Amino acid sequence: MATATTSRPPATEPRQPVGGTRGPSPGRRAGAYAGLLLLTVLFVSPLVFMLTTSFKTNFEATQPTWIPKEPTSEGYSFIFNATQTPVLRWFLNSLLAATGQTLLILVTASMAAYALARMEFPGKRLLTALIIATIFIPPIVLLIPNYVIVAELGWLDSLAAVVVPGAAGAFGVFFLRQFFISLPRELEEAALLDGASRWQIFTRVILPLSKPALATLALLSFLANWNDFLWPLYVLFSPERLTLQPGLSTLQSAFTTDYATIMVGGVIASVPVLILFVFAQRFIIEGVSRSGLKG
Amino acid sequence: MTSTDLGGRAAPPAAGPGAGQLRRGRGRLGAGQAPGRGGVTPYLFLAPYLLLFGLFILAPSVYVIWISLHDWDFLLPGKPFVGLQNYLNLFKPGTVTSGPFWQSMEATGKFVLFSVPLLVVVPLAVAVMLNQKFPGRNFFRAAFFAPYVLGVAVVGILWRFLLDPNIGLVNHMLDRIGIDANIPWTTQTPWVWPALVGPTIWWTLGFNAVIFLAGLQDIPRELYEAAKVDGASRWQQFRNVTLPGLRPVLVFIITITILASANVFGQPYLITQGRPGFETRSAIMYIGQEGLRDFRMGNAAAMSFLLTLVLMLISVANFLVFRERRER
Repeated sequence: MATATTSRPPATEPRQPVGGTRGPSPGRRAGAYAGLLLLTVLFVSPLVFMLTTSFKTNFEATQPTWIPKEPTSEGYSFIFNATQTPVLRWFLNSLLAATGQTLLILVTASMAAYALARMEFPGKRLLTALIIATIFIPPIVLLIPNYVIVAELGWLDSLAAVVVPGAAGAFGVFFLRQFFISLPRELEEAALLDGASRWQIFTRVILPLSKPALATLALLSFLANWNDFLWPLYVLFSPERLTLQPGLSTLQSAFTTDYATIMVGGVIASVPVLILFVFAQRFIIEGVSRSGLKG
Repeated sequence: MTSTDLGGRAAPPAAGPGAGQLRRGRGRLGAGQAPGRGGVTPYLFLAPYLLLFGLFILAPSVYVIWISLHDWDFLLPGKPFVGLQNYLNLFKPGTVTSGPFWQSMEATGKFVLFSVPLLVVVPLAVAVMLNQKFPGRNFFRAAFFAPYVLGVAVVGILWRFLLDPNIGLVNHMLDRIGIDANIPWTTQTPWVWPALVGPTIWWTLGFNAVIFLAGLQDIPRELYEAAKVDGASRWQQFRNVTLPGLRPVLVFIITITILASANVFGQPYLITQGRPGFETRSAIMYIGQEGLRDFRMGNAAAMSFLLTLVLMLISVANFLVFRERRER
């Protein structure tokens, strides 16, 4: 199997395709294609099945049909009007929570990261090390004490509980600090000579230069908050206060085997992030592969 | 992950926030001296974040220990100090918490053991396949990555449906290829384990594959050329060029995958609900139940602290094992 590649004299092919490690034979390539296609079908079909099931009746959802015989949107209209499972309200709550937390992270993390990247002050090294070290704290150890703290603040069962504490994570500061350090200093120094203040340099020079990094951080933060399950499951309880992810768990207990109804919830929770993924794929994948952020 | 591993390359792939970056950062700052030194400005820039950081990261990191030293029932006014009793109870057979806790740790350990090898090997294979220039490469990469942008709750309810023993698609498919087993995926061992591991692979394969792919693209192609000149087979190239070149990435992936699997919660919560009995109830499921449903927070805090110690030991051990092998 190695003959095709090893017999090829390297000198005659100085430029092989970028990113590839070898030029496979047509047979190999067809095999690899077939394997990848099969895997792709395997990967995408559960999502397709979720979507088509959401347009079935609950009775037809017990049948393994890929395309509904009588497509219906009754699952959607049913769930939009259910008082104990107000899915549209959950959608709105998720949107507010994820947007709010993303903005909070962008503002606080960028300011802190700028100070850590570009300013000198006593205790800077210690503070930087302390903040970065907390990236390694497993979130589970903060669950119980943060619940008590949030309860003390009177935030249980409110939007604040799913917006504010999660914005304290050190990832954003770490990520932006790395980016700010990589920026050339000359522009800042020129602005300083022109008499600009630190704040002016930050808002008019640094932030505009950092749009790609800020966009990546915004996307990753939005996804993380939108998808968070454990924390909102415990700190939110009223039906009208839930976000979508804990709401899906409520749907599962309320409708047990009415799978068409449950899949409507799944579709509503997936569509926004999948759309985001389609349009911002490059930012998300590259952000992830550079930073290694694991949910 | 030493700085020499990463320092030679243009863009360190998936470099964890390691010492290398810290050092490089300092070097820069020393070279170009910061213009505005001192004053209150840096603290003003830091203040909003430090408020959040102090209140929701630093304070709870200490508070958790304090809570774990008390008989802390969230709903009762009195929270008597009990010293190490909550911890000792976990190690004393026959107490209310020790049995369920170690059962949940065992479930977590099994999930790590079953899921991590697959979550390393399969994404690596996919990354190697994708590391070739061919039309549609980015499409495949996106297709494999797509499930990762979904929340674990979506993954849980979807696979609970697909794996439903009576009407699920998986059993229907098996039926069609002649396996008429009505496999009880969500309720009986050993079936519950593939029912938890399978969806997890579906969900996170793309994430690990993308990090591997970044690592593969950083291996200098001259090394492959040299290996070919020496007559190395494809397998030998993989063994002697790809794997050593991927070492830092591999350590990183193995570590974060173990940690992620040890933190498993949503899959057993939604797919098996811990069944049969409590056999698939993970440590975090039990901590959540004990602390935030039954409100015995002293116990739950002690358990989460113990779990954290175990997780940190694993990361350190992992790091040392892989570094040792490198020095040999």
